[in-house]
This record gives sequence, C-alpha cells and structure tokens, in this order.
Amino acid sequence: MNSREKILSAIRSLTLEPKTLPDIPNFSNPGNLVERFTQSISDSKGEVMTKSEFEAWFSAAGFSKVISLSSRFSELATLSLPEDPHDLESLEVAILDGQFGVAENGAIWLEDTELGLRALPFATEHLVIVLDRKMLEDTMHQGYEKIAAAHSGFGLFLAGPSKTADIEQSLVIGAQGAKSLRVVLV
Amino acid sequence: MTHPENAAEFLKDAQKSKWHDETLWFVRDKRDKVSKGIPEWEQLRELASGIKDNVLANLASYLEEFERNATKNGIIVHWAADSEEHNRLVLEILQKQNCTAVVKSKSILTEECHLNPYLEKQGIEVVDTDLGERIVQFLNQPPSHIVLPAIHLKKSEISELFHEKLHTEKGNEDPVYLTQAARVHLREKFFGAKVAITGVNFGIAETGEFVVCTNEGNADMGVHLADVHIACMGIEKILPRRKDLAVFLRLLARSATGQPITNYNSHFRSPSPAKEIHIILVDNGRTAQLARDKFRSSLKCIRCGACMNTCPIYRRSGGFSYNSTVPGPIGSILSPGLDLKKHSSLPFASTLCGSCTDVCPVKINIHEQLYEWRQEVTKTQDDFAKGLSMKLANGIFKSPLAYKISGSLMRNALKSLPNSLIYHPLNVWGKNRNLPDPPKESFQQWYQKNRL
Repeated sequence: MNSREKILSAIRSLTLEPKTLPDIPNFSNPGNLVERFTQSISDSKGEVMTKSEFEAWFSAAGFSKVISLSSRFSELATLSLPEDPHDLESLEVAILDGQFGVAENGAIWLEDTELGLRALPFATEHLVIVLDRKMLEDTMHQGYEKIAAAHSGFGLFLAGPSKTADIEQSLVIGAQGAKSLRVVLV
Repeated sequence: MTHPENAAEFLKDAQKSKWHDETLWFVRDKRDKVSKGIPEWEQLRELASGIKDNVLANLASYLEEFERNATKNGIIVHWAADSEEHNRLVLEILQKQNCTAVVKSKSILTEECHLNPYLEKQGIEVVDTDLGERIVQFLNQPPSHIVLPAIHLKKSEISELFHEKLHTEKGNEDPVYLTQAARVHLREKFFGAKVAITGVNFGIAETGEFVVCTNEGNADMGVHLADVHIACMGIEKILPRRKDLAVFLRLLARSATGQPITNYNSHFRSPSPAKEIHIILVDNGRTAQLARDKFRSSLKCIRCGACMNTCPIYRRSGGFSYNSTVPGPIGSILSPGLDLKKHSSLPFASTLCGSCTDVCPVKINIHEQLYEWRQEVTKTQDDFAKGLSMKLANGIFKSPLAYKISGSLMRNALKSLPNSLIYHPLNVWGKNRNLPDPPKESFQQWYQKNRL
C-alpha cells in the first residue's frame, strides 16, 4: 500500500460524527468605502493618492527603470516586461492595475493578467497600483464572491509593502520585497 | 530536560524575560483591539470552528477532491506518511533539478520534519528567508515562536550576529540598518535559487489551489524566481470552498499580530509556463491525532500563535522551554500525541486559566485538552511523592476527626517548621512560590464565632 492509500484508509477507518458545513452570511459593515480603504492601506504602511499626487511624486523622483502595465500610465514605462523574472533585479518602479480593493483591510486583488510576471510586485523596489475607486468592496466576503469563478494560475491579495518586525518587534518597511506601495485611486 | 527546568534557565536573565513577557502581551493587546473593530468577530470564530469540524469529519474525501483539482491544474501532488518520506520526496525533486541551494520560506511543517538538517547532510544549502528564521538559522537555533521566530533575541544580539555573518558595522543595532543588510543578503539568494520551498496556510479542495501568507513577501520572492516550487502541507490544512478563505483570512492575521491581513496572500493554482509546482501532503502523526476523540480538534489549528502570546506560562518561560516544534499551549496538546514520553511535562506547563481557549480563532478547547493530557500522563507514570501525599490526604478527608486534628497541626507546623522542610525539593510547587501566612483558626472555628 502506498502512502496515499495508507493515509486515506487510516482516515476512512475512523467512525467520525458527521458535521455540516456552515453557510457563511454575507457580513458587511456599511460606511464610506474610500475612506476605510484609505485608512486600511495607511495602517499597513502604504499610501493612497490621487492621480496628480502620484504624477508629482513620480516626476520629482526621476526614476530610470520603470515598467508600467497600467493602461492609464503606459507612457511612464522606460522598460518593457522582460521574459525572465531575473531581469527584474534592479527594477525601480512597477505600475500595475488592480482589479478591486477591500475596504476592511486594504487588500487589492491581482491575477496573472495584471501581473505579467508573478515576481513583478515583489521584486520591484517601489510598487504602484492603479485602482478604480468604484471597484471597492466592503469585506473579504464580497471580495471572494467577486472572484468565486475566476480562474487564474496565480492570484494575490496584496495589502501593503514588504514589512517585518522580526528584530525586537520594531516595524521596518522594505524587508525582502517592495519597499513601498502607492495606490492611485482614479 | 523538563519544561520547568528549561523555564528556570530562561528566567535567569530577568530583564530579558520581562521584556519577552511584556512584548508578547503587547501583541495580544493589539489582537484584542483589532478584533473589537469587527462586530461579527465571535460569529467568524464560530464559523471557522464549524468549517474545520466539517473538514476533519470528511478529511479523506476533501483530500481526494483537492488532489483531483490540483492535478487538473498542473500541480504535481505527492503524499508522505511521515517525516522521513517527506524529506526524501523533497530531496528527490532537488536531485532531479541538480539543485544544491534552496530558499525556504516559513514552514512549521518542515521544522517538524527536520528538513534542514536532512538536506544539509546531503550537501544541499538551505536558506531560510523569513528574516526571523534567517536570524535563528544563523544561530543554529529553531524558532522560539511560530509567528515571531526570533522573539527571544534582543537587537544587540542580532547586531553582533550580523556583524559576524553579514559584515555589518560593529555595534550598529538599528533595526532598519540590520533589516536592509538582510535584504541585500537574501535577495542575492532569491535571484540565485532554482528551487524554492514554502509551507501552506490553506489548501482549497474545491479549486485545488493553495494559499501562502507572508508580510515580508519572502515566499513569493523565492517561488516566482525559481523554476520549481515545492509546497509542504499538513493534511489538516484543507478548506472545502474558496469562499471559506474570507473567514480564515479575516481571522488569521488579526489573531496573530493584530493586523487586519498579512500584506501578501498568494493563491497558487497552476504553475507559470515551463515551471513546476509540487505539493507534498504530509500525515506525520495527524491521522493518529484524528483518531483521538478528546484531542481531534487540536488539528483545527491555523498556526496564528495567539495562544502563545496570551499564555502567562509561555510569556514567562520562552518558546525553547517547551523543547517542541510548536511551543506554547497548542504545542502542548499537539506534541504529546507525537511522543508522550518526551513531552510529558508540557500539559503541566499551564495554569489552566483558559485564556488560550478564549483567543483561539478556531475555538479549540486548548485548556480542556491540556487537562485531558494530564490524565493520560499520570496514567502512564506514577509520581511517587504526589501519590503518597494523595493517599495521605484521602485518609484525612475520610475522617472528620482526623481532618480537624491535622488542620490545627498544620496551622501550627507551618509557623514553626524550617523552610528547608516546607520548600523541600520533592515539593515542586514550593519552587519560586511562597505560602501565605497560615490562618489563626479553622473556618469552622471562625464560623462558630461569627455566625449570625
């Protein structure tokens, strides 16, 4: 008997009391979604900004290595998406479109289509996500309802920049992944 | 070494153990604050508990459903009955790739299987990429906490360690500076690795996908740059439906660190073109625990660590005192199932105050199971000193006269007996505890005088 059969038959040999799978109510906490989303992103050390605020920041910083997969900011790209993710090593900025955001925790949903390369939002030094302000959901329940049938090889709820508190519980932004997250609400 | 012996060691550094206690309590407090912001918090715990109960009652069919869907998506599914088989499977995949250096993100399961020493013996370099885990790996230590692996260390120790290993400035203890040094070091490893290993937070039967949560983004840095991703998953990590993730992701980070969600929550459904995803489904004692009626529900654990942060014993004894991969209250009910003899002191490392049960996001009755394990332990080992005193007490409580006489004898004896006799080594309860002053009279005498 191989291990698969061994494990499954060990489980099946037990007489376990049946337990029904509970239904999940559609919990929702009404309120101003933009306000709550903005607060959530700021709590997880990201920043929500307007289009003009973003443009001001971007032009002042003078980046030279920029990939933009966002249709709204395609003219800002200085590089096209490479084939090999290892070529992202010195990338300064990635600009991506997010599908939707969740107000209760700032999580933004991204799939292979938006990412181009799965390594992109992690390997880049600064991450910018462009999000339609109409595309905000209240809680994770509405979020998963939205993607219930979606089928992407990879999907990501991203809520902030890379962070750690592993040294004496001091919060440090920019552990291994992106050092900053800016969400441009349009 | 027993838990009390190890705890005594930890408490020698009074300042550090105080910091440890206060810091974990601060995390517990953050959990309280953030959970209060969710009106349906208690309902979510109830739901999570109910979903996990259903999973455990139907585990075999969910595992088959998961395997079927994952395979359909192009994920290669393996099964491992125990840690040896798990380690061998990982090694075989690495050898097939001619891989001699691997990056690994946080996985309690691979700690449980002692994967690192096994691979290192085969000449493979393993780099733990979670910052806290990299720190303890440099020190040849296991993590002392499942969410905060290096919580037992002060920044001065990490500064010294990084000076030695990463050539940082001597004496520079700035966490930002030290984290930046680790970032440079780890990114070099990420960009050089062909294979990346991760744990799994949740596996979804309905879709065959699995979810990995981190704040540092280290799991994703590893797997998206590597050609091959090996995910190691305990068989109890299954959830039936994709929408169940909403419940669990709302609970996990809030319970763990008091943040509303981890910054990266990655859903792996199929590999990128020309890449491979392997998932290893591991038993290693889980089906045995499933067979134990009283302890089955310990398998509902989602490894948030909330029970550790709240536990008055864990906070004051440190993770290493448990000498178990998963320390703290949950570890003390999981580990005896793996090796009762080795872990026999763990069910006693608790005041049974029940705080662990109160904060558990999946409502495991941890303190009741600790009590149950105590019964199992005492069945197998007879404590001579306690046995004798219990027999003596039994005789005294049977006879009202004996009770009256012994009560008055004890009140006088406690006043006059030398401390060496009262705090005798056989009386472990006398360690670091002082008896209150004995009362002048018995309750009966007091009642006779004071009754209306």
